[in-house]
Amino acid sequence: MTPEMKGFLLLTVIKLIVVFTVIMTGVALLTLMERKVSAWMQNRMGPNRVGIAGLLQPAADGLKNILKEETYPAEANRVLFLLAPALSFIPALLLAAVIPLAAPLPVDFAFTLGPLGAFAYHGLMPVQVADLPIGFLFVLAISSMGVYGIALAGWSSNSKYSLLGGLRASAQLISYEVAMGLSLIPVLLLSGNVSFSVIIAEQQRGPWYVLPLFLSFFVFLVSGFAETNRLPFDLPEAESELIAGYHTEYSAMKFSMFFIAEYANVVTVCMMVATLFFGGWDIPFIHWDESGGVLPTIVTGLIFFLKVFFWIFFVMWIRWTLPRFRYDQLMSLGWKVLLPMALAYVMVIGLATYLIGDVAHIASPVTRGLILFALNLVLGCGVFLVLDRGNVVSGSERRRVPGRRAAPLRVGG
Amino acid sequence: MTEIVFYILAAAAVVGAALCVLQRSPIASALWLMTTMFSLACIFVLLGAQLIGILQVLVYVGAVLVLFLFVVMLLNLSHEGSDLRGPWGVGAAVVVIGLLAVELFGLWQYTPARLAREVAQAPQLADPRLAFPAALSMHAVATPNVVEDLAAPLFQTYLIPFEVTSVLLLAAAVGAVVLAKRRI
Repeated sequence: MTPEMKGFLLLTVIKLIVVFTVIMTGVALLTLMERKVSAWMQNRMGPNRVGIAGLLQPAADGLKNILKEETYPAEANRVLFLLAPALSFIPALLLAAVIPLAAPLPVDFAFTLGPLGAFAYHGLMPVQVADLPIGFLFVLAISSMGVYGIALAGWSSNSKYSLLGGLRASAQLISYEVAMGLSLIPVLLLSGNVSFSVIIAEQQRGPWYVLPLFLSFFVFLVSGFAETNRLPFDLPEAESELIAGYHTEYSAMKFSMFFIAEYANVVTVCMMVATLFFGGWDIPFIHWDESGGVLPTIVTGLIFFLKVFFWIFFVMWIRWTLPRFRYDQLMSLGWKVLLPMALAYVMVIGLATYLIGDVAHIASPVTRGLILFALNLVLGCGVFLVLDRGNVVSGSERRRVPGRRAAPLRVGG
Repeated sequence: MTEIVFYILAAAAVVGAALCVLQRSPIASALWLMTTMFSLACIFVLLGAQLIGILQVLVYVGAVLVLFLFVVMLLNLSHEGSDLRGPWGVGAAVVVIGLLAVELFGLWQYTPARLAREVAQAPQLADPRLAFPAALSMHAVATPNVVEDLAAPLFQTYLIPFEVTSVLLLAAAVGAVVLAKRRI
């Protein structure tokens, strides 16, 4: 192996260890954050006994889960029951590897390390484990594998609640995957590439994609909630109907692996939202962050962290604000609202980019972005004001029986 | 190095396929099929066809097999006796294995030189070198835009065959619905 290849491998191993550690620690702290945010919203204190302000609570929870007894339900399929937590855990952790966390860092070293030989690296190092050319397609593909863990956990537990949870999870994830994939096609249309680094570079040249592609962002965010099984779409584990859904029968560390997977998925979706629609590590209006150096890398890393942190907070905010959807409402929303909307939006954006680029010959990404933003203002108002006034997603009292007027709600005895 | 990885993946694909057939439980079969599909995707990536590899994962592992699992779980199929144990089953197996053997023997005859000769003689819709420029250059892995490399020939040079294929698939889907549900 050449010294350059060894240097590349060395850096990749270091990045792997750093990203894995950051994600695992972050996920542990997110469980605490969830409890603190919910406590704050419900006007309570939240965990505050272990460590300063309860900061060591995740460590205590982890210790408890490691020491607890592992239980197996009777007649459960042992192999799949053991495999299921790992199958949901591994894809969730793989995903953070492909997202750029900060501006590329200039690295320049050459040294010799005993029997291992010479290591060398010159040039810009992307601050992500792997800068894949397939970009967000990798995230879509690997996140779709997470459903195996949930579905198998539900099936192998030999319990009706678990089975229902697993069935719901697989139906829900397949339905929303379609809308999620379609909502990313306009991003591909504007940037011309699926690679994260190119998408960020395009957003540095024009406005962030949340402005020209607002409806895409909306569809992606809603499907992201459904894909991560978070409220208001946490039907697979709806505790008022299914006890705890697919992980009813799990205990100890296997139980907490599902939680680690869920929070890691939340982090990934928030990173995707920040990268695809909010410029990634980009600082708007200035070009200092693209100059390349140690300081820009640190500052852009912090900016990216802030963006992701805001979206994680948003996810928790929604969870403790909105009630859960009914299952038929969830399916109607996915298939009858989000999917047609995403499809129509692909055509609108395709036509608009064609008109702007090839007919009007406007090459500037800023002008193009602003024209699309104006279009999105009109479309967004149309979608949010006119469409779906309780036509698809509505309470049960509004469900109409054909040929008969809805019976008035009976109140009292 | 690449060869070692290829043999590991190929072994995983073959073992997965064999176990998919041999397992009694439908869920286990579906999972072994998933192993095979995933190994095939990895082999595609190894060949530099990253987009095909990831589409394989996205479509087969992420959607088709999840639907299989969904149906198996919904019907709660258990270890059921097979209907294919009689003499008819054995006869069908022999015929299918014979056909596959003939096919494999034919493929085994294909050397790269023979393939190149046949491609050169075949009537062509378009010059493959024009259609797949990236496949022939050493930059296939290094160029960042893997989507364009596939999309340009698919939607320009081979647009008509592509559209015909999609209409065929649509017809197959409609036909399946009609066959399964007489009254919609």
